Amino acid sequence: MSATTGDLASTHGHGEESYLTAKSGIASWLLTVDHKRIGIMYLGAILSFFMIGGLIALAFRLELATAQPDLFSGNVYNRLFTLHGAIMVFLVLVPSIPASLGNFVLPLMLGAKDVAFPKLNLLSFHIYIVGALFLVYTLLSGGVETGWTFYTPYSSTTDSSVVSALLGAFILGFSSILTGINFIVTIHKMRAPGLTWARLPLFVWASYSTSMIQVLATPVIAITLFLLVFERTMGIGIFDPALGGDPVLFQHFFWFYSHPVVYVMILPAFGVISETVSINSRKHIFGYSAIAASSIAIAAIGFLVWGHHMFVSGQSDMAGTIFSLITFGVAVPTAIKVFSWVATMYKGSIELNTVMLYTLSFLFIFAIGGLTGLFLATLAVDVHMHDTYFVVAHFHYVMMGGTLMGFIAGIHHWWPKITGRMYPEGPAKIGAWLVFIGFNLTFFTQFVAGSRGMPRRYHEYAPEFEIWQFWSTVGSFVLAAGLFLTLGYLLWSLKGGAKAPRNPWGAKSLEWQTESPPIEHNFHAQVICRTGPYDFEEIDHSKA
Amino acid sequence: MTFASIMHLVGLAGAPQRAFGSLLNATGDAIPLTPRWWMPESASTFSHEVDRAFAVIYWLDVIFFLLIIGAMAFFTFAYRRKRADQRTSPVKGSHSLEIAWSVIPGLFLLVFFGMGFVTYMDMQVPPADSMHIRVTGQKWNWGFEYPEQGIKLSSADGLVVPSNTPVRLTLTSVDVLHSFFIPDFRTKKDAVPSRYTSLWFEAKRPGEYQIYCTEYCGDDHSRMTSKVIAMEPAAFREWVADKKNASASLTPVERGQQLWTTQGCAGCHSIDGSALIGPSLKGKYGAQESLADGSSVLVDDDYIRESILAPNAKIVAGFAGQMPPYVGRLQDDEISALIDYIKTLK
Repeated sequence: MSATTGDLASTHGHGEESYLTAKSGIASWLLTVDHKRIGIMYLGAILSFFMIGGLIALAFRLELATAQPDLFSGNVYNRLFTLHGAIMVFLVLVPSIPASLGNFVLPLMLGAKDVAFPKLNLLSFHIYIVGALFLVYTLLSGGVETGWTFYTPYSSTTDSSVVSALLGAFILGFSSILTGINFIVTIHKMRAPGLTWARLPLFVWASYSTSMIQVLATPVIAITLFLLVFERTMGIGIFDPALGGDPVLFQHFFWFYSHPVVYVMILPAFGVISETVSINSRKHIFGYSAIAASSIAIAAIGFLVWGHHMFVSGQSDMAGTIFSLITFGVAVPTAIKVFSWVATMYKGSIELNTVMLYTLSFLFIFAIGGLTGLFLATLAVDVHMHDTYFVVAHFHYVMMGGTLMGFIAGIHHWWPKITGRMYPEGPAKIGAWLVFIGFNLTFFTQFVAGSRGMPRRYHEYAPEFEIWQFWSTVGSFVLAAGLFLTLGYLLWSLKGGAKAPRNPWGAKSLEWQTESPPIEHNFHAQVICRTGPYDFEEIDHSKA
Repeated sequence: MTFASIMHLVGLAGAPQRAFGSLLNATGDAIPLTPRWWMPESASTFSHEVDRAFAVIYWLDVIFFLLIIGAMAFFTFAYRRKRADQRTSPVKGSHSLEIAWSVIPGLFLLVFFGMGFVTYMDMQVPPADSMHIRVTGQKWNWGFEYPEQGIKLSSADGLVVPSNTPVRLTLTSVDVLHSFFIPDFRTKKDAVPSRYTSLWFEAKRPGEYQIYCTEYCGDDHSRMTSKVIAMEPAAFREWVADKKNASASLTPVERGQQLWTTQGCAGCHSIDGSALIGPSLKGKYGAQESLADGSSVLVDDDYIRESILAPNAKIVAGFAGQMPPYVGRLQDDEISALIDYIKTLK
């Protein structure tokens, strides 16, 4: 995207401070309306919770290394896996890419000064913190052992801190809705002149689809969780059969949100990968409109497949059959994306840097995650696999492998823009390999344990599964080593990294046209967009 | 209304089975099965069908995965950046390629759906002459009741069934959700309180097959296991006769002891003094029990009866009120037999 800012910067821009140094003091961060600072605060919070959720996982992976209970009672183990799930879903995966990287780069990609509603953006962050405090309170008040799914009537009747956890998730939903509304309006109204819908970077298209789901689906979970709070505090029978309620109704409500929300987690990662695969292959994305349209298709069809979480719940055979068929319908646009990314590399000029390593890791891991989903969409096979480690492995391949590889790829890709520093390639590549090997060792073994019949959420299990669980635990520590190494060199690079140029990757989208790090108002003058985001220099066949 | 009944109404009963069934028979057995380590023993009449669906998806998955990753690895190697200012091909897409890679996988997906559907219908519709057993989930025991034979069993006994005979289970739960899973039979169904669900199977040969609870249900979820014990039909008939003779001649204490396991009491209450989920009942009869509200109560017949029917009325100090009420589930003579048994726990 060639733009006019370069010339203007030289006349207007000298001496203007970057957004990092323009203001100082705690209040200049906590009360800022700058989308870049809000994005960084989100990034810090999300990564902190990711570390807490991950350390909890390491603790119970240790327990699971052997078949017998060694470290924890069933009661404590149940609290650990519940907290791991609740923290990872509500505090990490749902906000992950949109709230941190999305907040930072979306307005820059659009050539805008900020999001459409900067104060709403800050409010969304403050609500996130309040929601997070409720979950921290839950942890400190003895925890909760319902599983992150809060299935009734277990959650209606247990005496752990269910209400504070539900309120936490309820409040976090508002943060998600506000971010979604803000992004939709920003994408509609704040695009630079010349930045047509067909010239939007695919990260923007992915953020747009994500925001639609956040706005439409989140109110349903909010109402559902609130009904459960009513049931617990006032004894109004909605889901608990002892009070005349219907526990399966809860599952319908819950998955009506929680299935679309897996696309809230994965679509932004798709957006990141569309950017990084194209830029690091220095090649126009293959099938731009197919990738953009498939994001919308996935978001739309994703609303109609929730019943595939309930194939053995006792829902009617008719419903199960229809949900199975529609679920296969989501696989088609997803496959289109994967094929298009691989085809983008064809006849490219591929730079195998850390960002590209994570991009390739994403393709490898997401391919396994997607293909194993086909077993689970198939009615008869799902009956066997349901609620076993096969499902655990599948959703970690998609959610953790997919979303997280995309997230880490994105953090590295935009790190120079965000911090003004380059990350060190050597340690970063070692980290990427550790993460890749550790991840696959941790979760591939779980596919086998699951298909052989090991149920999920078991803290002691039959000895025949020990070999798979033991190697899974080994893998989780390799994965942790890779992630801690990554955290270490990223923090180091804040002071020790090389100064980043404006556009270290030779990218064409607008965020790379301004300084690294950008000034407070992003651009020195109105940006005008003249070309598409993937129009790299092509071979000139007329001279050949 | 089930899918099968709708298809029957519109005069298409068996049509999908015919359409997809012929497809399966044409290709199904020619496909080599997946490596042995993916699946447990195949021991029910439909488990082979499930494994075949698994195998078809597995091998197509492997082919697609190798294509995707192979192309990715080849491109990464073949098109490495050679010069810093390298220009690239102007390819931006290909409609024919895009249509091909939407339609071809789409067709495979329809085949997967069809296979899953046909086998699922076999798994959902029990043969008309199935033997009937009621299964009741409760934290953390499975109760098995044989309405035709008048027998009650628990997790510790196992679910005794005849082999080569279709068996239909009607599931329910008295507290939270549970799920009844027999990996070797490839079948599973949730047990839902205040509702009946069902599953059926036919064990191909005698043997013992693991049962797990796969819907998370609290502290001892991972211990809510049992076994299907499949016997030759003749041996099963003999077992039923023995069981009936034995229960007809039981004394009230023996009957109480039997109820103690079949009703799941033993899952939470020890008889040796050790505290489990609930208090041990060793030496409790006739003693004073201190309660959570600070008061105390004499453990007599009335208190035991109340604690069985309405367990949360008086909770023993140091324990959470986790026990489900047994009101409506036990007859008066059964409660008396239990009290008689508890009296003997010195």
